[in-house]
Formats: sequence, structure tokens, C-alpha cells
Amino acid sequence: MHIDPLEKKWMYVVGVMTVVMIASMTYAAIQMNLHPPSNVETIDPKTLHLSDEFAEDNLGVTTNPDGSLTVRMVAARYSFYPQMIEVPVDTDVTFRITSPDIVHGVHVPFTNMSTMVIPGYISEVNTRFTREGESQFLCNEYCGLGHDYMWSKLKVVPKG
Amino acid sequence: MYDKAKSVALANLWIAFAAFFVAIILGLYQVANRSGLFPEIESHELYFASVSTHGVLMGFVLTTFFIMGFGYYTAATTLKRPLWNNGLAWIAFLVALGGTVMAAIPLLTGKASVLYTFYPPLKADPMFYIGATLLVIGSWIWCLEMIMSVVNWKRDNPGQVVPLAMYGTTANAVMWLWTSAGVAIEMLFQLIPWSLGLMDTVDPGLARTLFSWTLHAIVYFWLFPAYIAMYTILPKVAGGRLFSDEMARIAFIMLLVISVPIGFHHLYMDPQQAAGFKFLHMLGTFGVAIPTLLTGFTVLASLEGAGRLRGGQGLFGWIGALEWKEPMVVAGMLALFMLIAGGFGGMINASYQMNTLVHNTQWVTGHFHLIFGGTTIIMYLATAYHLWPKLTGRRIAARGMAVVQLWLWAIGMLVLTMPWHVLGLLGQPRRISSAPYDSPLVEQWDPHELAMIVGGAILLVSALLFVLNLLISQLTRKAEKFSDDDWAVAVYPPMSVPRPMNGFALWNGIIAVWMVVAYGIPIAQLLILDAPGSMPWGY
Repeated sequence: MHIDPLEKKWMYVVGVMTVVMIASMTYAAIQMNLHPPSNVETIDPKTLHLSDEFAEDNLGVTTNPDGSLTVRMVAARYSFYPQMIEVPVDTDVTFRITSPDIVHGVHVPFTNMSTMVIPGYISEVNTRFTREGESQFLCNEYCGLGHDYMWSKLKVVPKG
Repeated sequence: MYDKAKSVALANLWIAFAAFFVAIILGLYQVANRSGLFPEIESHELYFASVSTHGVLMGFVLTTFFIMGFGYYTAATTLKRPLWNNGLAWIAFLVALGGTVMAAIPLLTGKASVLYTFYPPLKADPMFYIGATLLVIGSWIWCLEMIMSVVNWKRDNPGQVVPLAMYGTTANAVMWLWTSAGVAIEMLFQLIPWSLGLMDTVDPGLARTLFSWTLHAIVYFWLFPAYIAMYTILPKVAGGRLFSDEMARIAFIMLLVISVPIGFHHLYMDPQQAAGFKFLHMLGTFGVAIPTLLTGFTVLASLEGAGRLRGGQGLFGWIGALEWKEPMVVAGMLALFMLIAGGFGGMINASYQMNTLVHNTQWVTGHFHLIFGGTTIIMYLATAYHLWPKLTGRRIAARGMAVVQLWLWAIGMLVLTMPWHVLGLLGQPRRISSAPYDSPLVEQWDPHELAMIVGGAILLVSALLFVLNLLISQLTRKAEKFSDDDWAVAVYPPMSVPRPMNGFALWNGIIAVWMVVAYGIPIAQLLILDAPGSMPWGY
């Protein structure tokens, strides 16, 4: 085996780069508790409307005893229901979203409110919005010919 | 020499480039439709049928046929013997072509507008799934050809080092067998029976998990031939030698081993997998950047050597001294440039946290067009220019035009993908055909939408120049014989290499164990979880 001294140096550089990147992500995961949405929970998509949690009356924002919020949404062709969500700024919010039909995705631009929504599973995202104003939930997975029209509104209002 | 292998290689390459040309016309239509600047042509039906066809033709048809064609040529000319079974190579060609036609019919008639990722429970016409599966089966026969050719060569040449180009090609064949198993399981046990009505429901979470098994390493299946050309054709054509044969082998081995068990970075945002396995796959995803970083170094070092041999002086003088009239040299430098730019974006996609901000935005489309459409395809195009005289016995009709064409390709790709990266950061979702959102955001997107049309138009002109050049070359009169022994030689050609660097037994063992952990356990968990399934949905 012949390895040039220059190659050896480059291998060290590559090794250090890789370690630094992995270490920074590991730090963010462990120390800051930053993970992609990964709550694994199942639900029958055929009977969503009959379930306790995702029956129409139970959708929307609820306040938990500790002051944090839970937002329940259904992603269905072609909107997110309820079509308008209002939450206060700088407040912990847990989104719980599922789909009765096909695969959707939801993203609020410029925030980490993002998850895939897969029928049969409940997606959960923990976040807090730090800027007031109106923005949108956009569907970001192709879900049929009306996919472009699948979006709804988010209003982040002053606290209190 | 090797006329039989060359005929089958040429047939495969023509199918690849025919698919490429059709797909690029669709591409220009798509950017025009998507920009919203031409309301009279806007159609959701047409757009999604078009984008599904574009993805399948570029991602599955162009690549598979190019890889098969290049592989047959490589096997015959590096091992200096006919293919293991030339008749079987034609059968592979016909199976893959039959599958392509079968899938094309529903795609073009709007009965398979499910995009090239075909995530259930969106359901396409069963013909689409069966056709796509046949294409994969054709590619498996090719894998068998490559592996058997090397096995027989090694039997007849004990202790000899497998030529580097063939070692890389076989690594790709072995990797593809591992890689394609995921989507094959999804097709055979989920999508085909379900679309035929033999099964009522499928678990979309399981389907996405199986698809991710194929989805990541398939991009390395596409990239492998580009790297093989960079290592084993480019240095010689540039007038130099390959900097290191051994490092090239190490890069091929790392690509083979690491690229398969890391597909969960496509599922970071998915609810059916837990954080621990996503984190594990993230580690491997950053590991697979290593062979690419090694490749960049070795190929640039080889080019620097060539530039200095041609009289280049100083730190950067060798760049100007390169043969910039040679298509392969131009393509190699442009490919590396796009690889570096796209690689940075890739690390953001791969990152466990930052991915959240760009997931499924137009950033992703920009990223893979830059790496695949840019780096990979420009090397395919230059390889075609390099092989054409050897395969057809005719010179390239317009060599100067070939150089212009490659520059246009890179410029078009940059003009197309830079706005897409920006659009993604501005929150634009990928996979939309228009942007009817009631939001001030949409106005910020407009200037970038205009730029992407210019990019698409440049790419179409470039593709037209490419296909015409090949076609006209083939219609001219036969010139002299062109040498097939045109592979790059290393600065220190290895007389012997350690056994694991001449075969794949050890590496297959490692992949098997890693796959049991990285995919076996999560799939077993999904089977135990047994999430309620989904019925088929139209679109």
C-alpha cells in the first residue's frame, strides 16, 4: 500500500471536519434537546372523525395546566383543519397532527414547525414561535392535483 | 475488438440519452408552468404527469441504462475479454426496456402522476409499478454480468489486481443489489398486490421506510460511474496519471459500505421512526461524505499533476495549463466545482437539526439538481463523448461544440439551482405546480422564478447540442480504429493489494450486520407496531 504524505494530511483534515460536525449535532441533541419530530404513535385513519382526540370538536388550541399549549390539527385534502390557528408568542406549543387520507407535510416558513403527516400515525412537534404576525402552514408533500391549494393560516399574537 | 460487448453498450447508452432528451423538454415546460408567468399553459394534471415522467426518466431510466452501457464497455476493455454472457446482457436490455415502456404508458397518459417517489396511499396504475420493477430486474441481470465477469477473470488471473475501473464498477453492482432490495420488497409485498386489489391496505410508514433503504444509496449508484470516469479516464485524457490507485479503491469501498444503511435522513421528519435510529443514520450520513472528500482530493491532485506536466507553474498556474479544449477535462473541473457547492448544501440537509428548516422546500430540489443534474450528468455526457469513437468507430463530429455544450450545461444548472436554493430558504415548498398562497412571501419568490426559466432554457439548448452531436457523429463515415486501452495509469500502479481491496466478501459481511441494526430492527418494530393501514387513494 502506498499512501502519499499529502494524502495522509488531507485524511486528518477530513477526519477532524467530520468529528467537529458530528460533535456539534450531538451536543445540540443532548444538551439542547433538539431532535427532529419523532414521537411514534398510531391511529386508525379510517375512523379519525370518531376518535376522541381528533373528532372535529376537539381540534384547535387547548391550554394545558402548566400554561403550554396543545394544538390538534387534521391534515386532509386540501387544507389543515381548523383553517386558522392563533397562538401567543414565546409560548411552548405542542402540535399533534394526523391525516385521514394520504401523506402530507406541513411547514411554517422560517420556523422549525415542520413534520411529515403520515396516515396511521400521529405527528408531534414541540416548538415556540418567537415572532408575532401572520404566516402560513404550507403542505410540502405532493398529495394530489390540488396540492398547491393546501395551506392554512397561523397567527402569532402578543402574549397575555 | 469486443464488438459484441460494444453493441450492447451502445444500445443501452442510446436509450439512456433518448430518455434524457425527452425528460429535459418536460423540464423546461415544468419551470415555465411553475413560475406562474404563463397562466395560459398552467395545468395541474399536465404538470404532475410531466414531473412524474421527468423524475422517472432522469432518475431511473437515464441512469440505469447509462450505468449498464458504461459497465459493459468497462468490463470488456479492462478485463480484456468478452462479457461473461453476452446474450444475457441483451436479455437484461430487453427486460429493462420493456419495463420502461410499460411504466411510460401510464405516466404519459396521466395514470401514474404519483411522482418518482410514488409514496402510498396515492395509487398509480399497476402497470407503472410492474414496469418499474422490471427495470430494476433488468439492472440485476447487469449486476450479475459484472460480478461474474470479475469472478471468472480472477479465477484465470490468480493474485492479480482487478483493474480499478472494473473494481469500481463491481463495487457499484454489489451496492446496487443491496440498495435495490428495499424498493423491491416495497413493490413485491406492498404496492403491486395492493394496486391490483389483492390487498386492502398498506402501511405508508413501512413503505416509506423501505423506500428510504433504496432512496439514498440510489444516488451513489448514479454517482459511481461519474467517480469512475474521474479516477480512470480523466487523468489520462488530461495528460497525467492517477494520483493514487489505492485511495480510489478505499473511496469505492467506503461508498459501497456506508451508503446503504443511512437512508433515514430522508425520514428525519417522519412520525413512524424514533429519534435514536434517526441519530444513528445521521452518523453514517456524515461518514459517507468522507469518500467524496477523498475523491475530490485525489482527482484534483491528478489534474494538478497533469497541469504541471503541461508546464503550469505556481500555486494555481496548473489550472490554466490544463487542456481546456478537451471535453472530459472541462467536465471534470466543472463537476468538481458543482460537487463542492452541492456538497455544502448536502451537509445541511443531512444535519440532524438544520434539516428541519429546509425539509421538502425547493432547497432540496436545488440540491439534488446540482449534484445529480450537475456533477453526475456532466460526467455522463463527457464519458459519452469519450466512448463514442470507441463504440462507433467514428469521431465526434464537433469537438469544439462539445466543450461549449458542457459549459452551457454547467451554467444552466447553476442558473437553475441557485434560485431554487434561495426559494427554499424563503420557504417555498418543492413539488408544487403553482404558488396560490395568500401571503406576501409569494412576491419575494417572483424574481427567482424568472431566473429558473432562463436556466431551464439553457439546459434544453445544451441537451439538444449533445444529442445532435452524438447522432451526427454516428451518421458520418467510419474513421480509423480507436484504442480501447485508454484507461488512466496510477503514479504508482499497484503490483498487489490486500485481499479485501481486491474483492468484496469482507465488505458484504459488514454491510449485512450494519443493515440488520440500521434497517432490520426498525422494520421489525413497524411490523410489531402494525399501524392501521391505508386504502388506495386517487389523486
